[in-house]
Amino acid sequence: MLEIRNLHVRLEEEDKAILKGVDLSVAAGSVHAIMGPNGSGKSTLSYVLAGREGYVVTEGSATLDGRDLLALEPEERAAAGLFLAFQYPVEIPGVGNMTFLRTAVNAQRKARGEPEMSAAEFLKAVREKARALNIDAEMLKRPVNVGFSGGEKKRNEILQMAMLEPRMCILDETDSGLDVDAMRLVADGVNALRSEGRAFLVITHYQRLLDHIVPDVVHIMADGRIVRSGGPELARQVEEQGYADILAEVA
Amino acid sequence: MAAPAARPGAAADRLASLALPAGGAWATEARRAARQRLLEMGLPGRRDEYWRWTDPSTLTAAEPPRAATFDPREPMPFEAVDRVKLVFADGVFDAAASGAPAAAGVEIERLAEAAARDIHWARDLYGRLEAAGQTPVPRPLAALNTATAADGILIRATGRVAKPVALAYLHRSETSDAVLHHVIRVEPGAELTVLESGPAAARCNMGMEVEVADGGVFHHVRVQGRDHERRAATHIFARLGRGARLKSFTLTKNGVLTRNEAVIELAGDGAVAHVAGASLGDGTFHHDDTVFITHGAVGCESRQVFKKVLRNGATGVFQGKILVRPGAQQTDGYQISQALLLDEASQFLAKPELEIYADDVKCSHGSTSGAIDETALFYLRARGLPRAEATDLLVLAFVAEALDEIEDEGLREEIRVRLEGWLARHRR
Repeated sequence: MLEIRNLHVRLEEEDKAILKGVDLSVAAGSVHAIMGPNGSGKSTLSYVLAGREGYVVTEGSATLDGRDLLALEPEERAAAGLFLAFQYPVEIPGVGNMTFLRTAVNAQRKARGEPEMSAAEFLKAVREKARALNIDAEMLKRPVNVGFSGGEKKRNEILQMAMLEPRMCILDETDSGLDVDAMRLVADGVNALRSEGRAFLVITHYQRLLDHIVPDVVHIMADGRIVRSGGPELARQVEEQGYADILAEVA
Repeated sequence: MAAPAARPGAAADRLASLALPAGGAWATEARRAARQRLLEMGLPGRRDEYWRWTDPSTLTAAEPPRAATFDPREPMPFEAVDRVKLVFADGVFDAAASGAPAAAGVEIERLAEAAARDIHWARDLYGRLEAAGQTPVPRPLAALNTATAADGILIRATGRVAKPVALAYLHRSETSDAVLHHVIRVEPGAELTVLESGPAAARCNMGMEVEVADGGVFHHVRVQGRDHERRAATHIFARLGRGARLKSFTLTKNGVLTRNEAVIELAGDGAVAHVAGASLGDGTFHHDDTVFITHGAVGCESRQVFKKVLRNGATGVFQGKILVRPGAQQTDGYQISQALLLDEASQFLAKPELEIYADDVKCSHGSTSGAIDETALFYLRARGLPRAEATDLLVLAFVAEALDEIEDEGLREEIRVRLEGWLARHRR
């Protein structure tokens, strides 16, 4: 589903290479995890795939179901089925959470040539999905992420994911700033969405999230490349030994 | 403060040739007094402290510059509201287009008719609040208005007025010059909503004097829009009694030059005044909000909330002052003026002022100008909103605080829809 080939990326503002040849293939129905030390390029990979400005792709390609992602605007990537759960969800004062969700859902449907969701239909769906994530009516009414705790913001990201029903979900350090209970809620939300036609790329620094969202494949990223791939046991090895030993092995 | 002498040359000629409207017993006296004030003040010029950022020359010239009329192909504001509709075309009352000037709890008359009567309640207000508002800052265009306005509406609310009084200003002639002066009195405990809308004329000078007696409530929602080339100078002079409330909101779209002044005195304990505005400018647009709120009693609250959205070289000006007089304890004053600059060619000039002579006072003010938040824009786009739609949503969010000052939900929604319409028409 997601095919990344020899992806090289540098910053727009300065001549600094961040990704130095990433290769990754994520099949439909699978969950891949990317782990790695700070500064290895994990978050940059997620931003480049989602279309954030400030990066220049100097070499390589990224496709989703065969479509060239890098040629698309961020909103076109979203409509094509790509979703990025942000590490730092953005606060948007003055825009109600519900309004935002409904605008987003219908914008994507419109882009795909599907009929828009009616107000009643939307309300029913959002209430159901919000309940499962322990998001109350008050949170839905408030401006997007304004005054939300760290855990509330991450749950709100998962709610958006549940409403938008993307094919390819990228979770960027979704576990950061979460306590154990919040992490379980988020993981349950993600697991409920696992299906044959959907894939996940879970970016995390620690192994603990992967206890709850069990991956099929684990990749270790260092200095802008994927240096090692394996099964779930690779995550546990990181937990026990730290990155230094693994990086030393591949060096 | 010594009033400066009338400036020599064209301005003096212009003042000397001022003709006062004929007829009107008490009004004639008020007009003469206003002309005298004006002669002493002189016309405003760029050297005057509060005209440094706005060029008054086209507002003071004998003839207005031509202004084409423009049809944005959307209905006039407030058409769906059950209201008393009074229409002025190019500053002239249009009885045929107007509804019956009557509703429960209110007396409505034309200035042109009431001025001819010897005894009238408006006599104690016409030109009086304007005159009081000339110190400490002179407002010559307001004196010009009082002196030369031949017509306007006099509204006296005696109870909870059943429906809003809506003044609709049509612009038909490319050279029209409208001067209107309204006087409003909200009696103790009464409540009134006044709506204003439309471009009015190629050039208009609007004056409104409002007395809100003890416990009275006055709502004012105004839409200045449509015609790109129109020019306007408006003044609201208001005085509030004990526990009285005033809420005024103005939406300004387009217009080559708009100067809106509000001069409000909180004269009775516990009075509340909120003045807010949202202005949207694209290209040759100059919008100036100049506000002066005086706290003259104990426990009063004032809010000034002004938001400007500027693009393609549009200019926004805000000059807002809070004056707290000696003894005006437990004052709660708030002022915010913000501009969203959608490109680097646009500019925002702001002068917030506080002058405080009491010690138990809470006053805050803030002024910012900035661009669209790129992080927020990316977040919205990453969720599937196209750039234009995401930008509009952020613009609406930016002006929301000003819009929230409209108490009536239906009116607030109508203004929001108009804002959206403007944004959709002005997408790049």
